[in-house]
Amino acid sequence: MSEALALNLLLFLPVVGGILLLMLPERRPNLVRGLAMVVLLAQLALAAWLYLRFQAGVPGLQFETRLPWIPAWGVHYHIALDGLNLLLVLLTAFLGPIVVAGAFTSITRDVKLFHGMVMFIQFTMLGTFLAQDLFLFYVFWEAMLIPMFLIIGIWGGERRIYATLKFFLYTAFGSILMLAAVIYLAHTVLTADGTPSFAFADLYELGLGVQVQTLLLAAFALSFAIKVPMVPLHTWLPDAHVEAPTAGSVILAGVLLKMGTYGFVKLGFPLFPDAALLATPLIMTLAVISIIYGAGLALVQDDIKKIIAYSSVSHLGYVMLGLVSYNLLGVQGAIIQMVSHGLVAGGLFLMVGMIYERCHSRDLAKYGGLAKLLPAYSVFFMILTLAAIGLPTTSGFTGEFLVLLGAFNGAWPQFEQGVSHPLVLASLAVLGIVLGALYMLRLARRLLFGETRAPVSGLRDLSLREAGILGVLVLAVFYIGLFPNDLLQKTEQAAMEYQERMLAVRDGEIER
Amino acid sequence: MNGLLTLLVLLPLAGFLVNGLLGRRLGPVFVNIVGVGLPLAAFGVAVWAWRILETGGAEPLIETVFTWALIGDHAFEVSFYLDRLSAVMALIVTGVGALIHIYSIGYMKGDESYARYFAYLNLFLFFMLLLVLGRSLLVLFVGWEGVGLASYLLIGFWFQDVDKARAGRKAFITNRVGDAGFLLGMFLIFTAVGTLEMDQINQAFAGGLIPAGIATAVGILLFIGATGKSAQIPLHVWLPDAMAGPTPVSALIHAATMVTAGVYLIARMSGVYLEAPAASTLIAVIGLLTAFLAATIALVQTDIKKVLAYSTISQLGFMFLALGVGAYAVAVFHLFTHAFFKAALFLGAGSVIHALSGEQDIRRMGGLARRIPWTSGTFLVATAAIAGLPPLAGFFSKDEILWFALASGQGGSVWLWLLGSLTAFLTALYMFRLYWLVFLGRSRMAPEVAEHVHESPWPMTSVLVVLALFSVIAGWFALPHYLEGALPAPDLRFAWPILHWALILFAVLIAVAGVFAARHLYGNGGQRAEAIEQRFARIHRLLAGKYFVDEVYDRLLQRPWRWVSDRIFLRLGDRLLLDGSLHGLAALARRGAAGLARVQSGSLHWYAWMTLLGLVAVLIWMWRYV
Amino acid sequence: MDDTTLLLALSGLLFVLGLVGVIVRRNLLVMLMFLELMLNGVILSLVVFTQLLGAEAGAVLVFLVFVVAAAEIAIAVPILLLLVRTGHTLDPGAYAGLKG
Repeated sequence: MSEALALNLLLFLPVVGGILLLMLPERRPNLVRGLAMVVLLAQLALAAWLYLRFQAGVPGLQFETRLPWIPAWGVHYHIALDGLNLLLVLLTAFLGPIVVAGAFTSITRDVKLFHGMVMFIQFTMLGTFLAQDLFLFYVFWEAMLIPMFLIIGIWGGERRIYATLKFFLYTAFGSILMLAAVIYLAHTVLTADGTPSFAFADLYELGLGVQVQTLLLAAFALSFAIKVPMVPLHTWLPDAHVEAPTAGSVILAGVLLKMGTYGFVKLGFPLFPDAALLATPLIMTLAVISIIYGAGLALVQDDIKKIIAYSSVSHLGYVMLGLVSYNLLGVQGAIIQMVSHGLVAGGLFLMVGMIYERCHSRDLAKYGGLAKLLPAYSVFFMILTLAAIGLPTTSGFTGEFLVLLGAFNGAWPQFEQGVSHPLVLASLAVLGIVLGALYMLRLARRLLFGETRAPVSGLRDLSLREAGILGVLVLAVFYIGLFPNDLLQKTEQAAMEYQERMLAVRDGEIER
Repeated sequence: MNGLLTLLVLLPLAGFLVNGLLGRRLGPVFVNIVGVGLPLAAFGVAVWAWRILETGGAEPLIETVFTWALIGDHAFEVSFYLDRLSAVMALIVTGVGALIHIYSIGYMKGDESYARYFAYLNLFLFFMLLLVLGRSLLVLFVGWEGVGLASYLLIGFWFQDVDKARAGRKAFITNRVGDAGFLLGMFLIFTAVGTLEMDQINQAFAGGLIPAGIATAVGILLFIGATGKSAQIPLHVWLPDAMAGPTPVSALIHAATMVTAGVYLIARMSGVYLEAPAASTLIAVIGLLTAFLAATIALVQTDIKKVLAYSTISQLGFMFLALGVGAYAVAVFHLFTHAFFKAALFLGAGSVIHALSGEQDIRRMGGLARRIPWTSGTFLVATAAIAGLPPLAGFFSKDEILWFALASGQGGSVWLWLLGSLTAFLTALYMFRLYWLVFLGRSRMAPEVAEHVHESPWPMTSVLVVLALFSVIAGWFALPHYLEGALPAPDLRFAWPILHWALILFAVLIAVAGVFAARHLYGNGGQRAEAIEQRFARIHRLLAGKYFVDEVYDRLLQRPWRWVSDRIFLRLGDRLLLDGSLHGLAALARRGAAGLARVQSGSLHWYAWMTLLGLVAVLIWMWRYV
Repeated sequence: MDDTTLLLALSGLLFVLGLVGVIVRRNLLVMLMFLELMLNGVILSLVVFTQLLGAEAGAVLVFLVFVVAAAEIAIAVPILLLLVRTGHTLDPGAYAGLKG
């Protein structure tokens, strides 16, 4: 089987799976769950195989498929892997089976529809990452809203309508502006060389004026920044997380947020480099504010899910900081941090879901000393907490260390030229590791230590299924923490291309 | 032999994994074999590696294990480096570590989390070995954070007690503040030198390629890291609280090994500090201030472990004083001797607490010397050692520190020496105060406690004897001389042997004076001391309150941060401004729609009128503009 | 004044007549008839313009509008009948609640 074919199969497997699901009887939920699991495991196997086949150090796209879709508009069905989306595709495929396994006992209503939605969202998320054509990208980007909307809206908590509306309005608002920018871009390509095209590769070559770039970047960036989410566009996230079912939270934190950062590094910055460089101080400031603001908010929450939701704001601040460092270490760190956050926050949300299933409460004040009652649960929770803090040997450390080192290293030449704000911001971001420890250890202390207290008695420790899910996650966390080199090698070429592109523009500006 | 250092590091890790995963099920005998056997084996391997180092003429052994990350031209490698400095450290860590593991068999007997305890202790050893053997700052940092984690877990070992869990968290977070400084220093080094391998960094700085400003900045930033781990002002607040952990843990982590990591770091990076005299001066001043202030606090504490904790802070201050005046090998010498006598003191205190069924308040002790003779005897030896009485270990190392504080060509001065000597006097005073109140005089124990006083089992007393023995002889190894090749030594401002001898004599006199002062004040029931306490009540309150640093931090840092998070970020930012404006927009839309909806009254005639009106308007517009 | 202007004026007159009727009458059935009158006015103008511009599509459109108007009446009258059956009156004010 050729790799390009496998890539298409990877993308469309959830569609096939979804159609098969529809044919199953609603009365047999376990059959539905089993089929979904098999399909997503097959998808993971494909993704892993493609990861292994992916050639490190080769420039450009790999395993491409390019077919005309709407020839009159120059739209192509164009998917491929590169260093930027490789790990995210792997992460998406990795979290798929975990989501299904995690929802095994928590989703009992409309099981078929739920798994259909999971399939749907897998398809759209993978499509967003794989698309190499702006039109295709936009279609997937928008389509992803529908299943997420339904997952929160149907299986969510009490205030789910408010949360879904907020989520939808925020993201849709961003998307509308992006659509306008997409239309403008399509129009520009058409008039420039006669043949219409939406291919990223062609758009990279546009060479627009700075003013136009600024407007377009603003439109794109708003949409991406909402999804990341960056302060001050983040308030939809805690509500969405709190109301979403566990599976929804895992998908949301694990993959969906990364679509925003991926959008920046794949489209926003390289498409409009001049404008991006102009906006860098702003973005960097917002990134550092996100780190600190998120950490502060996480400290004063009593809802466990909100704590983790705000920690996501903080952690994705690191990703943004790494991306705008325009330093190879920082960009590589940002990519690792995306994956790491997906695993760690996903895992933490799963664990909150597990305790919620037992006690039906997410109020931190009602818990205490769980380490006594649930030793296995506590061990996993502690490991994930430490990974969130960024303790060495866990994936969190790899990401944060490289991001901070890259930010500092990238800011130094500017500092020597008398521009000190990037260095100050990078140094401030280092403070984030203290604040991160503050709120995560507060959570661990209140939940796991102290006098034993729980809303219901007779808690049972992790089942084999739960321990298995968490075990797999924790192994991945340690793997990235201890042996990140293999991953870094595969992403290096793309990170380098991104960095060199941005630096070339910046240094060109200095010469002018 | 290749792979030896890797084996050394991995042995305790294996202990952690085996005990952590299986220990609970396999019972205490199995836990003992793994949990104590592997550290002992590690000690054996450390000795072996040391022999190889010596037969190779002290040429550093370098062992590369794997490449952690390769990014662009920068390779971050996990590799180990054994020179005489790290060999000494590794021997202390595994040697004292193994002894304390043995002691723990007796101390922790019957604890329900016996396996977990040994797993954590082995985990600590693993990270500590990473710390001292890492060739790159990155590996050192991994160990650095890792020992912090082990310390966090062990301080909060009895996590059911909220205060203990809280103390663990405090230790971790205070350390993290230091770590932020450490990270920044590391980044600056990486930016300036392009590598994190410590031998190459030292060479680069020693080669004079790096601007002095950067050297100073690096020096200060790394020192911030060291103040966190080694409990120096202003980050010393966690160590006294860390005494919430089991006593062997206090001995191993919070006295003998982990807290000396900062000293090791600065000694290891001596190449940087030679180029950064300003940073060195800062270290000397902070170190001495810490030594002095901690000693004054130790004078009035009433918890046996707290006294020892402040004594540890004070002794670490002495080490930093030595580092600050460029006497790196002397600092390591004091680290070496301190590891033995302080471990002996803590384990002795553990034995006392064990004998008194958990009592830690020295006001309710007294007269224990005859009841628990082994503990008392070893405690006396260690006390004399720390007080600096010749020919015990502390005498040699402390005397060297004071000598260099005066005579070093790198910032030695009379003032440093004077305050240092005063602190040495205080050390003798508070340590013998402790000894008198605990072991001599009349018993002040509660009767039901007094009845059950018993000497500890042999795993505990035998370890005490070994440590006491080393407290006697550790000073006889000429460690500064041994480390000459590995660490730079300062020039002397004046090399008059007579002055040196005079100072030694003076130091002995001071120590003896301290002992007699303690006897005078606490010898007959402590009435004289009480009289002084009452006379200087305000000063006593200040000291007993530890200068209220915790309270100041709480007011100035913790509460404001919570306040900002809660009021500014959450209420003003998220709720009022962001969600508020969003809800405002939503309300505006709803209200506007409600207004417009009124036009749709349901009356067909009204609609028809509207049509007519529109028609007329269109006509007028057309007539006017078209 | 040529024919075109005359015819357009007639169409406008028809429309205004219909509109006035809708406004002043209170009987739903009558209002419906005036509505048809308005529609006829518009159709007339459509025919005139078709003729003027010679566009065949216009003629087709006229027939289309006729068909739609017929369909509309076919639906409107039964609705009226239903309204009368439930509300027993043809006064539109009685059905203001239908605004939703």
